[in-house]
Amino acid sequence: MSANIPSTTDPIIICRDVHKWYGNYHALRGITMEVRRGEVVVVFGPSGSGKSTFIRTINRLEEHQRGQIIVDGIELTHDVRNIERIRMETGMVFQQFNLFPHLTVIDNITLAPIWVRRWTKAQAEEIAMQLLKRVGIPEQARKYPGQLSGGQQQRVAIARALAMQPKIMLFDEPTSALDPEMIKEVLDVMVELAESGMTMIVVTHEMGFARAVADTMYFFDQGRIVESGTPDQMFSDPREARTKLFLSQILSH
Amino acid sequence: MSANTPTVSKTAEPLPPPTERYSVVRWLHKNLFSTWYNALLTVVMLALAALLVRGVLEWALTQARWEVISANLRLFMVGQYPVTALWRIWACVALLAFLIGMSWGIWGRMQRGGAVAFGALPFILAIITSDEPSRVALVITGIAGIVGYALSWRWGAVVQRVSIIGWILYFPILFVLVSGLDAADSVLPPVPTNLWGGLLLTLLLTVVGIVFSFPLGVLLALGRQSKLPVINWLCVIYIELIRGVPFISVLFMAQLMLPLFLPGITIDRVVRAMAGVIIFSAAYLAENVRGGLQSIPRGQHEAARALGLSPWQTTLLIVLPQALRAVIPILVGQFIALFKDTSLVVIVGLLDLMGIARTVLAQPDFLGLQAEVYTFVAFVYGVFCYLMSAFSQRLEAHLHIGR
Ligand SMILES: Nc1ncnc2c1ncn2[C@@H]1O[C@H](COP(=O)(O)OP(=O)(O)OP(=O)(O)O)[C@@H](O)[C@H]1O
Ligand SMILES: [Mg+2]
Repeated sequence: MSANIPSTTDPIIICRDVHKWYGNYHALRGITMEVRRGEVVVVFGPSGSGKSTFIRTINRLEEHQRGQIIVDGIELTHDVRNIERIRMETGMVFQQFNLFPHLTVIDNITLAPIWVRRWTKAQAEEIAMQLLKRVGIPEQARKYPGQLSGGQQQRVAIARALAMQPKIMLFDEPTSALDPEMIKEVLDVMVELAESGMTMIVVTHEMGFARAVADTMYFFDQGRIVESGTPDQMFSDPREARTKLFLSQILSH
Repeated sequence: MSANTPTVSKTAEPLPPPTERYSVVRWLHKNLFSTWYNALLTVVMLALAALLVRGVLEWALTQARWEVISANLRLFMVGQYPVTALWRIWACVALLAFLIGMSWGIWGRMQRGGAVAFGALPFILAIITSDEPSRVALVITGIAGIVGYALSWRWGAVVQRVSIIGWILYFPILFVLVSGLDAADSVLPPVPTNLWGGLLLTLLLTVVGIVFSFPLGVLLALGRQSKLPVINWLCVIYIELIRGVPFISVLFMAQLMLPLFLPGITIDRVVRAMAGVIIFSAAYLAENVRGGLQSIPRGQHEAARALGLSPWQTTLLIVLPQALRAVIPILVGQFIALFKDTSLVVIVGLLDLMGIARTVLAQPDFLGLQAEVYTFVAFVYGVFCYLMSAFSQRLEAHLHIGR
């Protein structure tokens, strides 16, 4: 747990009664959540429960249709400038990595700092190399994504998101597409990041990770938050029967 | 590790891959004589091929009257372009050789055999030719290519920049040199376009067609994806309209309609033909590029947008480079088709390579030499198409590292 980091009480993310429809399908049915600075949030739940949809509304990859989302004091509206500011402050890591296959590892990382933050190439590359060291693969800088293993690609994706110096990191099932032996190398990076005080929302079913670093866990089902609490509460004494059943299923194998 | 290592060794040393032993006999057996009917097929095809080659060679070496080509070579190459201005064409050729030399040295170091063959070509031609000025020009061209190649080995980084700028500047320079300047000075007197002809005109139509229709096609493809309805509709209408009519009618329309749209300005006939080529080619390019755009997974857009890139940056830096890479073979195929289709400008009275072939056949001295003339023309077209497709394969190989 990132208890050694003083997390202030003022929330950096506020979601109030967020709703989202895909056509007629009601995917998010009133999500209310507050995330403090430095807090590590783990979101879990069955397939199709709206976890990805929710995390993607926070940086406007999906648009919510009702309710309010405020990130670092900026409300998400149709105002494009607000969306751009929020995207600069939030990094996102995807299940399928989504690295740019036509660019080398270092160019993947420096692209946004150069074009969005307007850093010089030298500046951006210096920071990119520091980040590659941090995620443990500085020697891969000049390779192309297709030449790396899945675990290495995901670590590059984390470095790429961190290069924009975001205040918040969003992870959507970052280890689900990985072979078991590569999961640990990615989780290690994420644990280190959590301990450094980064605000994180992580959609994952890696309960070992949740137990180690999560401050709060949210159980999603059918577009709603069924239950939330600290990992201790969740694992030892879940209130809802549905939570209990789901946890027993994913912990059993 | 000792020679008698146990079969299950803990520290497995990396071994080199097994070398495939290559023997002619084995290759022949595997590819040509693997079964009795394969063997039969091989024998029959060989017999047919031998007959054909013998017939063609016999004709080419004993009966064909190649003097129709040598006597009209200049006509085939540049049409009626004035002899006094020919040096300008040669200057373009030499500059091209210089640029190719530099680029080859920078990007194509692996293909050293090809470089030698290509570099030797001007000198071989210089030996064959009987025309003194052409010989000098060919030697200069060959030297320009070698100098470019040598420079790139010595000063790679600088040359890379120079060659990129050189390629960009090449097309304006080409145009100034070929068409001349209207000013009163006598260094580059203008050459009216009705004197342009032969291979020169064919290549100019092709190059202009490619250079202008490519950006136009990309813009149309992007416009067709646009969420703004007006832009979207305009692009769709343009693309479908042009793709719905044959190239010849576009050429005629360009000849007849452009003057109507732009009254008061007289537009040169060659320029009108170029406009027709561009208009036609852009519509097809747009559809091919659109195919590439659609092949890019949604995750690429999302990753770019999540990083804060604007829609334009996402398109220019992430989507387009990948989309164009994906369709290089199709685009080059289209450029090759464009190169061959330019022969249709004969219909609107221009004397490109094909047009010259017809006028040569009408000369009283060379009546009835269709076989020789069309064989030669086919050979020239074939060489250029082969070069284009070979270049595209190199480009693909170069761009696909790490995939
Ligand atoms: N673009 C879309 N169009 C229509 N329906 C969608 C779209 N994206 C998601 N949905 C639907 O919304 C619901 C929630 O999807 P979401 O991807 O958020 O679930 P999830 O909890 O992330 O599931 P998983 O664990 O499988 O990733 C699902 O029923 C899904 O079918
Ligand atoms: Mg999901």
